[in-house]
Order: sequence, then C-alpha cells, then structure tokens
Amino acid sequence: MSAANVNVNGYYVIPPDEVDPAVSARRAKSRRTRWIWIGRAAVVIVVFGGWQWFTAVGWVDKFFFGQPTGIVDSLVHLFTVGTAFGTIWENLWVTVQEAFLGFLLGTVTGVVFGILLGSNRYLASVFSPYIKILNSIPRIVLGSIFFVAFGFGIFPKILLAAVLVFFVVFFNAFQGVREVDQNLIANVRVLGASPLQVARHVTIPSAMSWIIASLHTAFGFAIIGALVAEILGATRGIGLIISHAQGSFDPDTVFACMVIVAVFTLVAEYLITLLEHTLLKWRPPSRSEAQAI
Amino acid sequence: MSIPTRPPVAPSAQRGSADDAARIDIVGLTKRYLTPKGETFTAIRDVSLTVEPGQFCAIVGPTGCGKSTTLAQVSGLEHPSAGYVSVGSQRVEGITSGVSYMFQADSLFPWKTVLGNVMMGPILLGTPKTQATKLALDWLRRVGLSGFEDRYPHQLSGGMRKRVSMAAALINRPRILLMDEPFGALDVQTKAIMQGELLQLWEELRPSVLFITHDLDEAVTLSDRVVIMTSSPGTVKDIFDIDLPRPRGDVQAIRHEERFLELQGQIWDSLKEEVTRAYAQTAGAAA
Repeated sequence: MSAANVNVNGYYVIPPDEVDPAVSARRAKSRRTRWIWIGRAAVVIVVFGGWQWFTAVGWVDKFFFGQPTGIVDSLVHLFTVGTAFGTIWENLWVTVQEAFLGFLLGTVTGVVFGILLGSNRYLASVFSPYIKILNSIPRIVLGSIFFVAFGFGIFPKILLAAVLVFFVVFFNAFQGVREVDQNLIANVRVLGASPLQVARHVTIPSAMSWIIASLHTAFGFAIIGALVAEILGATRGIGLIISHAQGSFDPDTVFACMVIVAVFTLVAEYLITLLEHTLLKWRPPSRSEAQAI
Repeated sequence: MSIPTRPPVAPSAQRGSADDAARIDIVGLTKRYLTPKGETFTAIRDVSLTVEPGQFCAIVGPTGCGKSTTLAQVSGLEHPSAGYVSVGSQRVEGITSGVSYMFQADSLFPWKTVLGNVMMGPILLGTPKTQATKLALDWLRRVGLSGFEDRYPHQLSGGMRKRVSMAAALINRPRILLMDEPFGALDVQTKAIMQGELLQLWEELRPSVLFITHDLDEAVTLSDRVVIMTSSPGTVKDIFDIDLPRPRGDVQAIRHEERFLELQGQIWDSLKEEVTRAYAQTAGAAA
C-alpha cells in the first residue's frame, strides 16, 4: 500500500477508485428491502383482488364466501353501529379477559406442575399415565361440560382456555427441567447449595427458555379456547358474534371478527416477544430462520 | 454392595495441625456402576493415594480409566462401592465442605452475568449480597477481567470463560480444588497462559489440588506429584514426585529444562504401556 492510502490518524483508507464495501452493502440491502415490500404488496393484491374479482363476476358466490369490500363494510358497521349484543369494544373486552385470564391460569399451573413432575421422578411416574390420557382426549369437548356446569358466565371460558394452555406449557416446563445441564447442578451442589437453592439458581432459570418458547403457541390456544367456549354458549363476546353471524348467513361479519381477533393476537404476540427479550437477554442471538418469520 | 466398616479416622488425624484440613486420603477406593444392560462395570478398583495439604497432584491415565470417577468420590457427589475417602480427618459421606470443582465444560450459568457467576459461591454460603459483590469484583480483578462484569458467558472467548470459572472456583478459598481436565478444550497458547495464571493463584491460596489431565507436559509443569492410573478398571500404577523448584515461573520455558525432560520421559514410559492397552481394548471392542 502506498502512503497515499493512509489518513492523518494512521489508518488505511479506501483508495478513490475502489468501491467501499460498506456503501455497496447498504445499496444492496435497500434494493433487497424494496423488492421484499413489492412482493408483499403483490401477494395482498393477488389474494384479495382475486377474491373480490371472482365474487364480483360471480364465479364464486359471495353469499357463502363473503367479499373483501363486504368485510370492510362489516368492520365499519361493527365499530360504528355495534352489534346486537352491545358495542364491539364491550364484546372484545370480554373475549380478551377470558383469553388472558385463561392464559394466565393455564401457564401458572403448567409451570408449577411441569417443574414439580420434572424434578421428582416418583411423582412423574405416578402421574404420567393420567397426563397421557388427559392429553389424548379432545379437550375442546370439555367446553360443553364447563358450559353445563358453570353456565353462561366468563368462568367456563377461562377454564377451557386454561385447559388448552396447560398442556402446552406443562410439557415444555417438564422437558426444560429434564434438560438441565448436570454439570451445573454438580457444580452448585459441591459449592454447598441446598435442593431449594439448586431449583432457584439452576433448574428454574434453565427451564425458563423452554417455558417462554411455549408461550407463543399457548396464547394461540387461549384465544381458541375462549372463542370456542363463547360459540358453545355466551351472552357476550366475539365468539357469540361469530355464531350469531353464522346463524344469519353473514360470512362478511365472521371474516370481520377474524380480522379483529387476528389484530389482538398480533399485539399479544408482540408483548410476549418483548417479555422473551427481557427474560432471555442472556441468550446468544439466535441464527434460526424460523424465528424471524 | 458392601461398604467395609473401616475406622473413619485417617492416619493424619493424630497430628491434628490446621493444615491437615486440606489433606486427602484415598484408601482402597472401588467404584462399580450398573450399566444400562444390567451388567456391573468396575470403573476403579482399589485406588489408594494421599495428597498432602497444599500439594498439587495430577492424575494421568488413558481414556476411560476412571479418573473422573475418582474425583466424584472425593467431592462426595457419588458414594464409593468399597473403600473410603477422607478429607482432613473427616470421612467423606456427603458433599464435602470447602471443595471446588472445575470441569472441562465451562459450567458457568449462561443466564447470569460474569459478576453473577463469580458471586454464586459466597451467595450459596449465605454471604450478604453487597459483600459478595465486593469479593467477586476483587476476584475478577485478580483474573484480569475487570470491566467485563456485565457480560454474559456467551459473549466471552474460551480463555475468558475459563478465567471466570477459575475465579468462581477459588472465591470461597477452598481447601481442596478438584479439576477435571479444566484446560482440555483450549488452544495451545491460551492453555499455557491459563496454566501460568492457575499456578500464580495456587501459590497465593495453596489449596490441595487434584488435577486430571491427558497432557503429560501439563501434569509435569504444574504438579508436585503425578499419579499414573492403569487402563480400565483403573487403579494406581505409579507415583512420581516432581522435584522441579517452586515457583515454576514461565510454564513455556520450563519445558526445555533438562530435569523436566528427564521426568517427562520416565512418566511417559510408564504411561505408554497403559495407553497402548487401553487402545487395544477399545479397538478390540470396535472390531
């Protein structure tokens, strides 16, 4: 290198006839981002444009399958006029409460039982056949029983959501406890840790990454539980609006409710991701592509 | 399995000096495991050796000869099938107090910061948090990691992680330090640096050390005594006293000294036979 390529601070600089790799990388990145967004827009246009076109021309009957413009109208109607069961906000609030409380109840019991059975071989052996049986029954049907037993209120919905959430979290917490690095346990035991200290400093933090990973799936189940329970019988809630729309052959409103629930779920997912980042900030950045989606 | 009821008092108990708390007596130690197939496997048989207080003792032997098993019995993590270990004049029946373990794997808590990891020792002993923090900061300074307190283990290099492990193992000033191939996974240069730092810290605290290694040079460089174990089932074959002067100084330079080479040659002659036999065993099993 000639002296001309060294700046005043003594660092090498890129000669003028050469392209700085940082600049070309930035250019390539913005070009890629632009094409990604163009691709995304194209998908929306093809899917919804096609749907609108097919139903408008009459190849697909909008009486059965709805129509994008109809869904928008229905959304506007839901938010301005409201529903037969009060405003959309009241109904959404009921569903949110059910899903959230069910999620909380299911997660807490799942974590407690998972850690307990994961760290105690005797209890695990005693309960394992029952857990397997309970896991194999179609739990959604329990909604009917809860409805009969506890009526129209919010409680049976919470219960159904919690039952669905429980197993997802339970199995992850259990597995998390079983995967604990035995070297770490040996290490703290030699340093004089009591069984309680081993749990507090090793087992629980180590299982935490497994538990957190299950929360994304678990929240989806909480929403399903709440909605299905509402469809089975309720006085308020998005599920009730859906079942009412189904009864009156109004697919647009069913789709509109799906949109509302999807927005709510995305917000909740975002909050769970925030929680994940704070609790698991010790983890090396993941290279997994699946998480980026 | 029967545990013979030998008198739990080690010969050293009569002398009763304060230093004797760090003496390790391994007497007739045998450990058998049940394999998953239901067969009994003898990992070590009739191992007897003594580590004087403050002595640095290396155990060298072919792969699978039960070196780690021996260490596990000393720490009290496992119970011997026959024979006993006593530390000080106390027979080991459960976890022995005042012992630290260092494994080949880092065994750091990935969810704790460097500071949090080093603090664990005092915290588990019930030291108040502010005091434990002060102590941990002092130890981080000693191992040259000041300024890295808030990093997580995955953000450190292999050598730095080893330094954290070392600080975490020594912070409670153990009377006994058990090291299971602690530098086995490091590159040659980092290994030499870590050996030098270990020797320095050991000179300061003088715990008794049981140090497992495959590396003969490492054993001779660091220890006062090198124990050769036979191939499986392991037992003590030879014991060599290393009379190289202390402090050893530069661990790289010492390797070229005449006495070092002489000792290393003698030990290798003893070890070679066992390594060849162990290799024949595994090769035979594979065929």
